[in-house]
Amino acid sequence: MTQSATGPATTEASGPAVELRAVHKWYGGFHALRGVDLTVARGERIVICGPSGSGKSTLIRCINQLERHQAGAVTVNGREATADPKALQAIRRAAGMVFQSFNLFPHLTVLQNCTLAPVQTGLATRAEADALAMSYLERVRIAEQALKHPAQLSGGQQQRVAIARALCMRPSIMLFDEPTSALDPEMVKEVLDTMIALASDGMTMLAVTHEMGFARRVADRVIFMDEGQIVESAPPGEFFEHPRHARTQAFLGQLLH
Amino acid sequence: MTDAAVLPPRPAARSTRLVRGLFGSPLNVLLTLLVAWAVWSLAAPLLRWAVFDAVVLPANPAACRDVSGACWSFVAAKSGQILFGIYPIEERWRPMLVCAVLLALLGWSLRPAAWRPSLAIVWVVALPGVLMLMFGGFGGLSFVATTMWGGLPVTLILTVTAIGGAFPLAMLLALGRRSWLPAIRTLCVLFIELTRALPLLSILFIASIMLPLLLPEALLPDKFFRALIALLLFAAAYLAEVIRGGLQAMPRGQYEAAEALGLGYWRTQRHVILPQAIAIVIPSLTSTIIVMIKNTSLVMVVGLFDLISSGRAALADPEWSSPALETYAFIAAIYFALCFGFGRFAQALESRSKDSS
Repeated sequence: MTQSATGPATTEASGPAVELRAVHKWYGGFHALRGVDLTVARGERIVICGPSGSGKSTLIRCINQLERHQAGAVTVNGREATADPKALQAIRRAAGMVFQSFNLFPHLTVLQNCTLAPVQTGLATRAEADALAMSYLERVRIAEQALKHPAQLSGGQQQRVAIARALCMRPSIMLFDEPTSALDPEMVKEVLDTMIALASDGMTMLAVTHEMGFARRVADRVIFMDEGQIVESAPPGEFFEHPRHARTQAFLGQLLH
Repeated sequence: MTDAAVLPPRPAARSTRLVRGLFGSPLNVLLTLLVAWAVWSLAAPLLRWAVFDAVVLPANPAACRDVSGACWSFVAAKSGQILFGIYPIEERWRPMLVCAVLLALLGWSLRPAAWRPSLAIVWVVALPGVLMLMFGGFGGLSFVATTMWGGLPVTLILTVTAIGGAFPLAMLLALGRRSWLPAIRTLCVLFIELTRALPLLSILFIASIMLPLLLPEALLPDKFFRALIALLLFAAAYLAEVIRGGLQAMPRGQYEAAEALGLGYWRTQRHVILPQAIAIVIPSLTSTIIVMIKNTSLVMVVGLFDLISSGRAALADPEWSSPALETYAFIAAIYFALCFGFGRFAQALESRSKDSS
């Protein structure tokens, strides 16, 4: 796959890919995000880590507005997320998402999973969508399973299909919400390899993950979150060798054991 | 270790298991004999009545005198009246054609290969066509009012239209009841709860007796269509709740995945949620629909002639000794064919959706 195939269908302004300004999110009385600021440049690869309940999933889900923030501003590709359905549609088209639990559509084949959204949103004709889907399935090395249903695949295979499905919308940003946490250990690698290949194509990526090897190898920046705030943000070398914050040090200390 | 040790134990042959199950212990022997005796003492008289001592032809009243078994001659002689009611005899080819078209279309529609958007168009064209043929009044066909309609075409038209119309309405009601818009949610809850709180009979009476008092003549649809709409709304309320059960079983991840892909509300429901939700509730949907098929017979209380009421009308002939049992057995067989056929279809549908996930 060439650079142009993964790039956005529409190249927009050259500003940051994602910009969060003082974003707050409450779940009832629980303050899940406490004034998060984050700017993601085009092509930047960011890994977000932190203890459970620290708000990292909430953060990534606020970017494509699966969760609505209650204060602050979320801007994706220069478009601010408002109540306007058109803005929402544009943001979701720009940002593809991969979930921890895959969330493939079990009643559709692998190929139909990949073509449903492009065809239904008018992005492609059926023939175009089929061709596009097959090229992405090829890319995640699962094209030979295109006519199977998700339940017939292993977890790792399902997650690769989920990645292909998101790519079929030609997003310019990919969001990964703990993509390997639900996988058996022997399947983690195949999914990470797919993500590494994607990163090397220049895709803008935000990944919530505990795979520190992946972070070291791929990330431009590692972000550590705790209690709804970004505690530390640094390139992986610095982040892993010289974490500045005590909470980061404690977290990394636990991971190493 | 020999090969036999690693192979799973082979299940006993079916005949061996059968013999063991029936005569394996003294208790089993006793139970087998008891059940065999009970079956024989019920089946023997029934067979004698329905087959051996029964008379089928000639189809005239004389044939049934001095017959101890069933008088199928009556059904043979009156089948036209039972099936088509008081529809003018010289025009009977019209309801016959209507039944043939509806049954053929039903059979055609049950095949998964036929499920494409064009099928809906076929039905949308076929139903008014069928009604026009029943009414007549054009192209040399004499006009036949709905008061003259009866029997199988009435049952089929009511069933197909009421359930066919109720299903999409039920999907909207089920979705509406889960809507985040309070007005829509309240409206759907009110409709569903009110309709379910009333017996079908009272809804039919409201449609046939109360509505004429409330509505001006010009706005009032024909009694047949009032009953049809009443059946449709009643079925929709029940089907909506069944479908809602399926919607509630859908994991959140399915909505989120569709949302993240930029599918809007309606496309998400149409392509992701409803197909799965409905597949989950096929067993209870089937029961509800079968009940609704049989419910169409209640229209006789408002003076419409469905299969059962035209059967009763046929029994009124003084020439015959009113063989009611035979007539109702004949009608029951038709209902059985409709309901059992639908049940089999639903079963096939269920195993099909299981195969795919």
